[in-house]
Amino acid sequence: MQGWSSVLNLSLLAATLRIATPLVFAALAAVMSERSGVVNIGIEGTMLLSAFAAVVGSHFWGPWVGLLLAMAMGGLLGLLHAYLSVTVKVNQVVAATAINIAALGVPRLIIPYIWPGHYGDTGLVPPLPDVTLPFIAGLPIIGPVLGKHSLLTYVALILVVLFQVLLFKTRFGLRLRAVGEHPRAADTVGVNVARMRFAGVIIGGMLAGLGGAFLTIGKVPQFATTVTNGRGFMGLAATVFGNWNPAGALLACLIFGFAEAFQISAQPTGLLPVPRELLMSLPYILTLVVLGGIVGKTVGPAASGKPYEKS
Amino acid sequence: MATRDRVRSLWGRITESELALSLIAVALGLVAGALILAVTSSEPFVAYGAFWQGVLGSRRGLGEMLYYGTQLILTGLSVAISFRCGIFNLGAQGNILLGAMGAAWVGYWIQGLPPLLHVTLALLAGAALGVVWSAIAGYLRARLNMHEVITTLLMNYLVINFKSWIVGPKGPMKAPGLIPASPPVLESARLPRLWSDARLHAGVLIALACVVVVWYLLFRTRLGYKIRAVGLSASAAEYGGIRVARSIVVTMAISGFLAGLAGAIEVLAVNYRFSQDLSASYAWDAIAAALLGGLHPVGTALAALLFGALSAGFTATQGVADVSRDTVLVITALIIFLMVLIRSRKTTAVATKGGTSSAGLEQRT
Repeated sequence: MQGWSSVLNLSLLAATLRIATPLVFAALAAVMSERSGVVNIGIEGTMLLSAFAAVVGSHFWGPWVGLLLAMAMGGLLGLLHAYLSVTVKVNQVVAATAINIAALGVPRLIIPYIWPGHYGDTGLVPPLPDVTLPFIAGLPIIGPVLGKHSLLTYVALILVVLFQVLLFKTRFGLRLRAVGEHPRAADTVGVNVARMRFAGVIIGGMLAGLGGAFLTIGKVPQFATTVTNGRGFMGLAATVFGNWNPAGALLACLIFGFAEAFQISAQPTGLLPVPRELLMSLPYILTLVVLGGIVGKTVGPAASGKPYEKS
Repeated sequence: MATRDRVRSLWGRITESELALSLIAVALGLVAGALILAVTSSEPFVAYGAFWQGVLGSRRGLGEMLYYGTQLILTGLSVAISFRCGIFNLGAQGNILLGAMGAAWVGYWIQGLPPLLHVTLALLAGAALGVVWSAIAGYLRARLNMHEVITTLLMNYLVINFKSWIVGPKGPMKAPGLIPASPPVLESARLPRLWSDARLHAGVLIALACVVVVWYLLFRTRLGYKIRAVGLSASAAEYGGIRVARSIVVTMAISGFLAGLAGAIEVLAVNYRFSQDLSASYAWDAIAAALLGGLHPVGTALAALLFGALSAGFTATQGVADVSRDTVLVITALIIFLMVLIRSRKTTAVATKGGTSSAGLEQRT
């Protein structure tokens, strides 16, 4: 039993928060996009390209520029997806798949020019600073869990609250949900459906950009094409689980994050009779199980994935 | 004025044709590829030359193109048949890896079989693993309403981790020694090479046979009719007496069979062992091939040969000039973008009507 205390402790909860951070950004991105009526499975690729943009920015001009570049890249890819989905009305899953494929190839094309000799990964770049909360860090129990994190972890938690309010307590949120739920009704009362959908998808893209930035300059400040490893898709699953609400999605992300944190800290102890490589699948299995248990009990925006034809 | 009208009507006729639109997308994609080469390579003309030699300009190049084409035909068919059923199955990568594992295991573990029987068993073992794994995703979609985009992708990661384990340091399939790979498959389980100077192998015949079989299945059988009906409108198909859930599971099983077969052939004809290095990332090109081929078996095969040519060409280029093989991924993405853009005017009506069958993460009934 003694070995388990090195696994199940407060730093496990801190790690949960850290690991959940990119998932929270991905989930918020999916919530914003789908609430406006556009499915974006390109969040994975958007995060990957933004993670790369963050590293390039940080390499040349420092981490803050990297952060800005990542958001810009996310917004740009959101714009592209919105243009294809809303204006041109192509199949949204196909368009987003192209974004995901491009994200696998583009960084590898550019890396050798900036980091000669490198191929699938980059050199280390300056990271974003960690933040220590002045009063909270000193508290017992809460301190070790919440006290010291990457800046982006706090940003993610704050954004969950902000977007919960934005979606359900503001005019903008009401309109965004309206175009995702019943675009014709929204159109009839004078809401510009296309404009709201562009807003939803672009904001979503920028959020995915923040998630990508966290994966590189917020964590190990180096890019590899495996940094996302399906986190964009886990974020989508979290959105379904969370009933397309930021707060609900946060809960799902924390569950997935806990699974991975547990896996990482239990691995070296040898306390579980499972090989390391298989233990690494735990978060994915949990995502599938949780998703399987919940679907059918939550209902998404009615018009999500359907282009709107003005008649 | 008259000339202008004539040009316009000609343009109208071109844009009516699905094939012409695909060709325009491909041509633009290739031009973009040539431009990327011109920008990224310090010796673009050396690169162009190497590309040509690596595709059609030499016997070896042609063989390599057909080798890549073989993988992509089978995987492309796997993708196409599931998309036809309205299932956006992204699980080909996992199915290929499982197929490779199954074939390798039967290939080195079972001994003393006559060659033809051994190869057949090994191929079927690989395909069978693909069937089971893919049918699980089909079941999750059909019975539990879990969206296939999420499930198939997460299931790919399960297979990738499983791969690291099974031929990893303590893995049950690992051969003695340092290399993370299985023991070599026995001679009796190997598919013969057709050309000595390229990786073209007998699997290409299997792939071409599959094109015919899938075409027959889709357009000449009741099952194919059901698959296409479900893909066009699941609710209408259900109303018409088709058991949608069962059709989806069966389609996914067939899709898994084809991808599993692709993986099995890779091991039995080329690598002769299952190695951790096998990534099966060509599953992405296969999606592009299926889409470009209009989800028709013959179109998919032709598009697969095109992407095979891109893979062979850029692999050859990489050896000679400072060009990354990953340029293929960028061109693949570009061709998809261009294709959906160019076709959009034609397919708008379809997208609005049937868009939810393959898009939309919301619950569907």
